[in-house]
Amino acid sequence: MLDLALIWALIIALGVLIYVILDGFDLGIGIVFAFFPHDEDRQVMMNTVAPVWDGNETWMVLGGAGLFAAFPVVYSAVLSALYLPLVLMLVGLVLRGVAFEIRGKSQRTRPVWDLAFMTGSAMATFFQGVGLGAFIQGIAVVNREFAGNGFDCFTAFSLFTGAGLMATYAMLGCGWLIIKTDGQLQRRMFRLMPALTIALLAAMAVISVWTPLSQPAIASRWFGPALSMLWPVPLAVLACARGILQAVKTGNETRPYLLTLALIALGYLGFLISIWPNLIPPGVSLWAAAAPESSLKFTLIGVVAILPVILFYTGYSYWVFRGKVRPHDEGYH
Amino acid sequence: MIDIAAIELARIQFAFTVSFHIIFPATTIGLATFIAVLEGLWLKTRREVYYTLCRFWSRAFALCFAIGVVSGIVMSYQFGTNWSVFSNFAGSITGPLLTYEVLTAFFLEAGFLGIMLFGWNKVGPRAHFAATVAVATGTLISMFWILASNSWMQTPAGYRIVDGRVMPVDWMAIVFNPSFPYRFMHMALAVFAVSMLLVSATSAWHLLRNRDNGAMRTSLVMALGCLLVVTPLQALVGDAHGLNTLKYQPAKLAAIEGLWDVHPEGTPLNLFGLPDMEAETTRYSLGIPHLGSLILTHSWTGAVPNMKRFPKQDRPDSRIVFWSFRIMVGLGMLMIVLAVTGAWLHRRGRLQRAIGFLRFAVAMGPAGYVSLLAGWITSEVGRQPWVVYGLLRTSQAASPVTRQQVGLSLLIFVTLYTLVFGTGLFYLFKILRTGPEPAPALPLWNDAAARPSGRHPLQGASLEHSSRQGDNHA
Ligand code: HDD
Ligand code: HEM
Ligand code: HEM
Repeated sequence: MLDLALIWALIIALGVLIYVILDGFDLGIGIVFAFFPHDEDRQVMMNTVAPVWDGNETWMVLGGAGLFAAFPVVYSAVLSALYLPLVLMLVGLVLRGVAFEIRGKSQRTRPVWDLAFMTGSAMATFFQGVGLGAFIQGIAVVNREFAGNGFDCFTAFSLFTGAGLMATYAMLGCGWLIIKTDGQLQRRMFRLMPALTIALLAAMAVISVWTPLSQPAIASRWFGPALSMLWPVPLAVLACARGILQAVKTGNETRPYLLTLALIALGYLGFLISIWPNLIPPGVSLWAAAAPESSLKFTLIGVVAILPVILFYTGYSYWVFRGKVRPHDEGYH
Repeated sequence: MIDIAAIELARIQFAFTVSFHIIFPATTIGLATFIAVLEGLWLKTRREVYYTLCRFWSRAFALCFAIGVVSGIVMSYQFGTNWSVFSNFAGSITGPLLTYEVLTAFFLEAGFLGIMLFGWNKVGPRAHFAATVAVATGTLISMFWILASNSWMQTPAGYRIVDGRVMPVDWMAIVFNPSFPYRFMHMALAVFAVSMLLVSATSAWHLLRNRDNGAMRTSLVMALGCLLVVTPLQALVGDAHGLNTLKYQPAKLAAIEGLWDVHPEGTPLNLFGLPDMEAETTRYSLGIPHLGSLILTHSWTGAVPNMKRFPKQDRPDSRIVFWSFRIMVGLGMLMIVLAVTGAWLHRRGRLQRAIGFLRFAVAMGPAGYVSLLAGWITSEVGRQPWVVYGLLRTSQAASPVTRQQVGLSLLIFVTLYTLVFGTGLFYLFKILRTGPEPAPALPLWNDAAARPSGRHPLQGASLEHSSRQGDNHA
């Protein structure tokens, strides 16, 4: 049978992955901004995403709207459970979005907008990570409503995942900038990459140990009979990290970014394996959360018909703006 | 200490964030189309005044668009964070509509915005123009879906209630619900009125300071021409919208009119008054006999719904909608006056020297925004106490979050938006005040493209349009 709920869960999982791939580097640029104090460098860094950041963020809106349409319970319960982290994430997004437009127009206040861009990006990333951590730890749902306390989401674990996500996005940002810049700026990006790689590996290691320790259900999934199938995942992670360090040594421009994506895909796979088949851990499965069939069908038609077109013109836009970005190119000034 | 419940704070937060948001879409939807028209005219006639204006308004557009996007993202999450019972109850309908908006509108806008703003030298003229048109189309599609969603909440149709939740049955009936065509037309005209008033006010301001290089005259005439079409239509559509409301939301209409009692001899139209919800009367009312019946029922003595007919707990707050409605209509009338006077002066060839008129045009700059917000307040407050009309009360729709959480986030949003809005406005005014660059750099392909030999025949044909910057890039 055609399982609409499962298809929708896959679509949303794919949407989230695309979001992380695209907006990750975009937010990451804001995080690594802190290491590059020169105005001209910063202008170049911002201009590498000027034409695309809005499109990147739209994937997050799609994730939210898709949940709202296909799994209204998840949208309402998870969003009210993660109230404060989400509000703070939105604050971060507002700050950095406005900074994009205004930084180039400002003169005396430029340091303020630089700060808004950096803190905005860092906040948005950190609180996305907090939300992710709180989600992994589980959300109390009774009668299709969130039944916990608004501060449940702030735990040592979720704060740590917040920091971990910052390392992840910073690495994506750095990898992207290696592709889009050259000369002195690119050399310094290359130099930043190994430190970020180590930080991300450490974060992944801690989360991989911490999660099963605190979540027995996840532990039994990973260390039960499935262990024989899952052991390649950590090995693949190590292989990717090694590849990144080597690519940095040989000055390969695209490989650090691509391998970072592979790392993230592996982490994401681990996450999906851990929560499957729940949409709200620990108790609400994706089938229990699905919207009425008529909603799922109506919206699916749109996704199937329009998503390929979107991917096509998004690709076109990236292609139009391909190549290195240099000072004084067209962009924000 | 005043005890404000979480629900009241959530309402304040929603009203505040959405009112903030709508200001920017209203500007960008109209401007996007205006910019597309300017670019089209430039490509067709190669008169550089159009190019100058196109680049100038694109800068204002980009700033407003960025603020529109970030404040919109806040909105799209607020249904879940603050209104989870509503989302759970009606998400199977409003969710798909929002998803269609993302798929058909937001991606389109965002996907081509980069090319529109930064791609002048990256793609050819046709591709650039196509990108601008795509952005403009995206903003209009966005309006379509969000108004379908809002109209469905006002006049629900095409659903069944199963297990205490809404179940969609007929999507055509859901999207084209009874109030949708009116609301869509009314809003579409409103955004063009808003943006064209901004354009005419800016142009008039520059003309008053004798800072014109041809561009400002052209844009003033274009904006006034558009207003001449839009504002009378708006009054007609608004009237039809009112009749629709009479049919589907009579309590809202009674509150707008401030009518408490039945008038069997014919209903007056209150021009002025202070509705009093406790005493169930409209104090100091100044009414024109029979006019209410005449407008709303097209008969001398027709019956118009009165407030006392509805139970107390089902009455919207007449004190607010009575006045918000009158502000909207009053300003709408002034807009018609502006457009008609402008057309008359233009025909006489006196437009640029009519100091009084130009000042009037500057003063009307904010009028679009005020009536836009007043209109929404009429619609939204007038549908209370329901969030989904007749199905779900606002008081039951909120999330189980605490007063502290909502209060804190409200405080954060008010602070953040005030700062963002303050600086946004500052830079917007800076762009508008500086005016167009006298000779913005033309795209590289412009020299290679076959230019019409000599001056285009149309150029200089009309006095108002004559601009002699044709070859200043050389
Ligand atoms: C009449 C039009 C209209 C109305 C009533 C609203 N919006 Fe809006 N919105 C737009 C017209 C628009 C737009 C023209 O499409 C914007 C404005 C600037 C922009 O970038 O797109 C936009 C942006 C925008 C975005 C960012 C899109 C992106 O990432 O590019 C979101 C998520 C929303 N809106 C969501 C909402 C919600 C949840 C609303 C209702 C409460 C709402 N909007 C009211
Ligand atoms: C864009 C212009 C809009 C403005 C200025 C506006 C304004 C308002 C105001 C002032 C209220 C508060 C009414 C009250 O509590 O008495 C309200 C309520 C509400 N509006 Fe709108 N609205 C707009 C658009 C929309 C749209 C497009 C939607 C839905 C898609 C929407 C959904 C709601 C909901 C769910 C409420 C109930 C919550 C509440 O009562 O505060 N609004 N709006
Ligand atoms: C000139 C005469 C006008 C009339 C007779 C009129 C009539 C109306 C009516 C009856 C409503 C309430 C709809 C409801 O029941 O929910 C409304 C709403 C509204 N009006 Fe007007 N209006 C006029 C002018 C304007 C102008 C000039 C603007 C803005 C530039 C405007 C913007 C709005 C908006 C944004 C709404 C809320 C959205 C909607 O319900 O469509 N109106 N108008």
